Amino acid sequence: MQAALTLDLAPIARADRWRPAELAFWLIPVAAYFIFPDNLVLLTQIAITALFCLSLDLILGYAGIVSLGHAAFFGLGAYAAGLLAAHGYGDPLLGLVAAALVTAVLGYVTSFLVLRGADLTRLMVTLGVAMMLYEIANKLTHITGGVDGLQGMEVLPVLGQFEFDLYGKTAYWYAIAVLFALFCVARKLVHSPFGLSLKGVRLNVGRMPAIGAPVNARLSAVYTIGAAYAGIAGALLAQTTQFVALDVLAFNRSAELLLILVLGGSGSLYGALLGTIVFMSAHHMLSDLNPQYWQFWLGALLVVIVLFARDGVMGGLRGGQRRLGAALGRTKQ
Amino acid sequence: MTVIFDGIASGMLLFLISVGLSVTLGLMNFVNLAHGAFAMLGGYVCVTLLNRAGVPFLATLPIAALATALVGVALERTLYRRLYAASHLDQVLFSIGLVFMSIAGAHYFFGAQQQPMVLPEFLQGQINLPGLDIGVYRLFLVVLSLAIAYGLNRLVRGTRFGAQLRASVDNPRAARGVGINVERIFTLTFALGTALAGLGGALGVEMLGLDPSFPVKYIVYFLIVVAVGGSGNIMGSLVASLILGVVDVAGKYYVPQIGAFVIYAVMVVMLIFRPQGLFGRRAAR
Repeated sequence: MQAALTLDLAPIARADRWRPAELAFWLIPVAAYFIFPDNLVLLTQIAITALFCLSLDLILGYAGIVSLGHAAFFGLGAYAAGLLAAHGYGDPLLGLVAAALVTAVLGYVTSFLVLRGADLTRLMVTLGVAMMLYEIANKLTHITGGVDGLQGMEVLPVLGQFEFDLYGKTAYWYAIAVLFALFCVARKLVHSPFGLSLKGVRLNVGRMPAIGAPVNARLSAVYTIGAAYAGIAGALLAQTTQFVALDVLAFNRSAELLLILVLGGSGSLYGALLGTIVFMSAHHMLSDLNPQYWQFWLGALLVVIVLFARDGVMGGLRGGQRRLGAALGRTKQ
Repeated sequence: MTVIFDGIASGMLLFLISVGLSVTLGLMNFVNLAHGAFAMLGGYVCVTLLNRAGVPFLATLPIAALATALVGVALERTLYRRLYAASHLDQVLFSIGLVFMSIAGAHYFFGAQQQPMVLPEFLQGQINLPGLDIGVYRLFLVVLSLAIAYGLNRLVRGTRFGAQLRASVDNPRAARGVGINVERIFTLTFALGTALAGLGGALGVEMLGLDPSFPVKYIVYFLIVVAVGGSGNIMGSLVASLILGVVDVAGKYYVPQIGAFVIYAVMVVMLIFRPQGLFGRRAAR
């Protein structure tokens, strides 16, 4: 397990291991930059949400741990990075590392609570932890700013070179770079023996101990990793917007995230990314068309997905692939 | 003393709404996060009848319960039924979808503002005893909740319907084998659960307020009651609601700076030591 966690990242950086369709996918953010130069803020949001969704995918899609309170880690990461920047340590990468560490600790500690129960208890405990953090952030106004949000962040240029500009160009590339790097790590992780053992736990929790896999240790490890990912996503949001609102910890965020993941199809990394792109674009357009009632369509979408399209976009792609055979043969991941 | 009584009253209200959830989630093992949406529906029915049609308050309560139950049955027949066998995650997602739709729907029909509610005169005012001020409406809530708790307990434990229900939940196949119409039992039970939600929602307008965000704002409380009380246990829900109500009110009264933090902490601690809930039995199926 140790070996899996401290893998040398050099091999994945080499593109030859990647499928062409995957490479094509990662051209989307580059293309998007030139096609929608006026929407960089939205695109940055998409990248951040995609990273957040990826973190839930790791614990839900791969390890099968249900969570209704994943925003706890997102929010904690955002506040960690935000507070650092507000107190004169504005280096973005330092903020990311700090956020990852803090949330990993919280994730590790709470993983033991979460692993004690079955599904319903897990839902309640994750929800309870998130709500507790929300209340703390709400009440500690002298530290977090409470409902008014955390202000006065001063984020230094990335790597000392690229200053955050008004148009969000730096923010966009910064978010995309972090997303891509962490995606590569996650990709490596899920294909490692560690990742495979997680799949084993999800598919048959009774049999895994029999082949010598320490189930709870694996689950708590992946929960910690997922927490750190979510924390980094939160830190990114704080740094790119230079502001932390209380709603980073809200229940809605956790619920929406589940929706996104299911929309994309859980248990495949690209599902998380595709789900985010589809959801955020739909959200953007629907709330433009119909600002008050877009939530209705969102709910309807969720009901329809659960009833009729359980595997989400990735499932649809796979189905299409089966039917079209070679034509779509390589979109699958 | 007044604080404790207020706590008991707010616990009772919590019980009224969440006992319906205890029925659907606990007895039928369906994670129905849309429960708050049904309660909200009951609340809107009550307020609309009261304010626009001039129906007396006491008469609106059964109508609210009935209307909610009808909607519940319609949804159960068309949608919920398909998901009984699905995973908890699917049920959660499905019911969150319903919650979103209900919020948007409430926005559309009633607007974002709080709904005004005027109680009839005989439920207003206070009874003053030495060292204890009792709001009449709160007393009304306490009495009504106790009656409902008693009635439900009798229904589940002491009647033929209750026996059939418990059989259907514990082992649907065997229950079908001895001639119980499991589908019908489930539909009726779901109707009962939503009717209680509607009734609780209608009664809760006065204390909790009513606006489109109701289902999300309070769902956490309802879930806590069920999770802490132990699934499918009516007395457990009652005790859990009372504890939560008293702790919540006392916490907000004596240590306002930590506010709602107390009840989440209580819940997490309880779940750590008793994952099955205070009075839980192992969930069937």
